[in-house]
Formats: sequence, C-alpha cells, structure tokens
Amino acid sequence: MAGLELTLGHYLAVSAALFTIGVFGIFVNRKNIIVILMSIELILLSVNINLVAFSVFNGTIMGQVFAMLVLTVAAAEAAVGLAILVVYFRNRGEIAVEDVNVLRG
Amino acid sequence: MDFLADINNAIPEAALAGFGLVGLLLGAIGGDRTAGLIRLLAAVALVAASVLTAYQFQHPGAADGIAAFASATSPDGLYRVTMFTLFAKTVTYALAALALLMSGGFLKTSQMERYEYPLLIVFGSLGAGLMLSANDLMTLYVGIETLSLSSYVLAAFRRDSLKSAEAGLKYFVLGALASGLLLYGSSLIYGFTGGTAYAVIAAAPISVGLTFGLVFVVCGLSFKASAAPFHIWTPDVYEGAPAPVVAFFSTAPKIAAVALLAHVMFVTFGPHEEAWRQIISIISAASMLIGAFGALMQNSIKRILAYSSISNVGFALIGVAAGVGNGAASVLVYMTLYVIATLGMFGGVLALRRGGRAIDNVSDLNGLVKQKPGMALGLLVLIFSVAGIPPAAGFWGKLQVFQAGLQADMTWLVLVGALSSVVSLGYYLRLVWAMFMKPSAGELDKTDISIGIIVLVTSLLMFPILTVTIQMLLETAARASGG
Repeated sequence: MAGLELTLGHYLAVSAALFTIGVFGIFVNRKNIIVILMSIELILLSVNINLVAFSVFNGTIMGQVFAMLVLTVAAAEAAVGLAILVVYFRNRGEIAVEDVNVLRG
Repeated sequence: MDFLADINNAIPEAALAGFGLVGLLLGAIGGDRTAGLIRLLAAVALVAASVLTAYQFQHPGAADGIAAFASATSPDGLYRVTMFTLFAKTVTYALAALALLMSGGFLKTSQMERYEYPLLIVFGSLGAGLMLSANDLMTLYVGIETLSLSSYVLAAFRRDSLKSAEAGLKYFVLGALASGLLLYGSSLIYGFTGGTAYAVIAAAPISVGLTFGLVFVVCGLSFKASAAPFHIWTPDVYEGAPAPVVAFFSTAPKIAAVALLAHVMFVTFGPHEEAWRQIISIISAASMLIGAFGALMQNSIKRILAYSSISNVGFALIGVAAGVGNGAASVLVYMTLYVIATLGMFGGVLALRRGGRAIDNVSDLNGLVKQKPGMALGLLVLIFSVAGIPPAAGFWGKLQVFQAGLQADMTWLVLVGALSSVVSLGYYLRLVWAMFMKPSAGELDKTDISIGIIVLVTSLLMFPILTVTIQMLLETAARASGG
C-alpha cells in the first residue's frame, strides 16, 4: 500500500497546480471580470492547502491559524472586489476584460 | 512580559482603530452632514497617533534599534516596535493627516464629501502601521490587507466617474494577485522554516524552499511599493483615481511600503542577505530606469508624478540593497524627504482647477508664475527637491543613498542611479519650463488656504536655508537605525 500513501509532496503539487491555474486565469482570460475574481479565490485557496499541509506535516499549529486568517481576508477581499465591480458596471454597462481600457499605461 | 507593556507598544494603532469605529458610528447616525466634522476629527486622530509614536521614539521602552534584533525582549511575539519602524510610522501618520487636511476643498467641489472618505484613510493608515509593527508573517499579511482593501475602495471613490472605477478595478485585480504571491511565499517560508515568526525565519538555515518563498514575498512587497517590474498599476491608478486620493497614495502608504520592504529584508531575512541582495538591486535599477524613461512621453501631470514615484522608490531601494549597516538610515532619509516634497507637489495638482473642474495636463501649468507666483515658486523648489538638484533638500537624500551604495561596493547601481537622475531631469524641467516660460493658459480658480499653507511649509522645508532640519533628520534616522 506504500504507493497510495499521501505525502507532503502530493499536497504541494496540487497547491502549485491550483496556484498556477489561478495566475494564468487572471492573465489569459479575456472574457469576464468575474472569472478574474474566481481566479483570485483559487490562488488564496491554493495557499490554504499549502498552509494546512505544512501544518500537519510539520506538527505546528501556526499554519492552521494562518489559514483561518486567509479565509477571513479572502471573504473581505471578495466583498470589496464585487463592490468595485458593481461601480464599474454602472459606469460602463458591461464587464468584459477587453473593455477595461480607458486608462492606458 | 507584562501585559500592560505589550499594550503600550500598540497604543497609537489602538487609538486609530478605536477612532475609526467611533467615526463609523458617528457617520452612520449623522449621515454625510457630519462628513466635514469627521474629516477634522480623523486628521486630529492621525496627528495624535503620529505624536504618540514620536513619543515612543523619544522614550524607547521595549523598542530597540533594527540592528539589535537578537537581543529583543519578545522576539517571537506577533507585534513589536523597533526604532526603525517607529520612525517610519511617525512620518506615515503625519503625512496621512496632512493629505487629509489638504483634500477638503476638492472633496466639496467634486461632490465627494462623504464620511467614508476620512475613515478609509484612517483604516488605511492603521493597516500601514500594523504591517510595519509586524513581527510575524500573519500580522504582516493582515496589516497589508487592511491597507490594500482601504486603498482599492479609495481609488474607486468617485463613483460616477468611469476613470475612477476603472482605476479601482485595476488596482484591485493586480493588488489581489500581489497579495496572493506574498501569501504563497509566506506559506513556503512557513513550511521550510517551521514557523511564521520573524525570529524563527531569521534563525533558519537557507534552503531552496526558503529562497523560493523569499522571491515570492519580495514580488508581493515590491508591488505594494510600486517598484518595477511590478509598477504597471501605478500610472493608471494615479491618473484615474481622484487627486486627493492620489496625494494620499503617493505619500503615507509609499513610505510605509518602502520601509516595510527594508524592514522585512533587514530583519526577517537579515542573515540571508546574499539571497536577496541581487534581487533588490535589479528591482532598484529597473525602477529607476523605467521611472525615468517612462515619464518622458507623458502629458498628464498625475502620470508624470506616478513615474516619478516609481523612479524614486528605485533610488530608495539602493539603500536597501546596500544592506542594514550601510543603508538603513539612508532609506529613511530619502523616503522622508521624497514624501514631504511629493505632498507639496500634489498640493499644486489639487490647486489646478478651472471653473470648478480639475485639470491635469502639463500645458495647463503654462504661465502659472504670472497668476500665482507664490505657488509657482513653491512648486519650483519642490520639483528641484524631487529631482535631486543640489540646493534643494532632495539632493541630500540622493547623496545618502548613493554613499550607502558605494560603501556596499555597488558602483554599477549608483551609476545607473546617476544616469536615470539625468534622464528624469528632462520631464522635471519640462514642468518648470511650462510654469515659468510659456504664456498663460487661462485663469485658475482660487486656491484653498490649506493647500497654500502646505505648499508653503513643504517648500520651505525643502529649501536649502533650512539645512538645520536636514541635519536633524539625518541624526534621527541614524538613531532609528541603531547607529
């Protein structure tokens, strides 16, 4: 059964994959800003997997405390993000990523 | 460690948090009629917090110099004050108060006089203070997010303007990404060192996982300080957000973010200096060059100031790259002089109004000297200071970071700095040329008395006659760095 045992490496691999999907979701996505908000959540959750896995395998509790803080802040961040999105939608009438171009860098 | 002493360390932040909550109640009861009152009270609270931190700086109890990290009283607590962060917090709170006082007229004429505005600035400054006082990655994260979430809302504060909403949206998306990078780095550091406390991280041996985490954390923090290559948001947010908000962004959170980056490098990763020195010096060189070349083709004054702030953060990072012994004091001196001068320059931006509308083009400055000679002279001194032209105070800041760089044998970085100073003169002098040499572009509105006072005071501080103040600043910064 040794081949089926979950090690720290498995958790880290899942978390790294989720993190990468999240980052690419922000940059590659050309359709909708809501998808960007979802990608941000994905990044934060991948961090949580990391923290909890490390916490269990290191035998320290700090990682789980940190994960609780991350969850709380993620909720606040989603609230602020959606509020800004609503303000933007009222002014612009749509939320396609391509149209976020009034300001040019 | 006795409980009261712990609370004493956090009194300025506790006062700000308490005022923020009371202010929310007041606003909820009184509505926007109380906005002016709350703005005044918030400025008083910020000044009080600044005075309290200055008092802690003068009477250090648990505080110690940044170099004396090993001998700290509670090295693995969540919250800790050092002389370095006390200095940075004092300046941060004071500038937030001034930026708030300066914004009154603009808010009234733009129908933005709502009670949330001063409270968001109070909570943002609270976040800046928290992240500076952090002694643990968790406190650091909560502090940064308190500042960031307030900043996103402030950027989008002008709800009926598409530009402001878009600035808020861009700032939010990129800021959330940066927080994600910072967190991912923190989780790796936690995993490979076994703890989140600064002391644990500093004591851990360097490993691949720790280096990875370090790189992610540096990326996240550079975003907050708007250092290249994480500066993309800066010009857009500066252009789109309302002018008083930008005046706040480019002063209080700016010095807090740079001091935080320095503090995390010097303290948390102090023993791993070889791992971050290269990264910081490359970020520093990139910021200076991008800030200098990027602004040459811009026409919006706010965009020019955004690139100027990117380039100036690069200069301050020379001091960080030079290491704690050589550079800690120079970072504080440089950033303090820069944010004071920037506050004055934004006073000028706020005063640029024609027929009640804010204007933001370099050509709108044309012939300012004929209409408002005092304002034009004040801005001249401030621009010279930010550009680092010798008689003005900013020159001494540049001299300090360059000396620190040379002491650390980073001649190439100092040469890049000198080159980009010369290039950036191009756009600074363009502003001066417009103010003094061009024919007038039309009548401007009357300037608020508060803006006039702030431009006067900041330009006097930057004026070479007051070298006494520079001497004081140098000595205080040296004390703050344990020298």
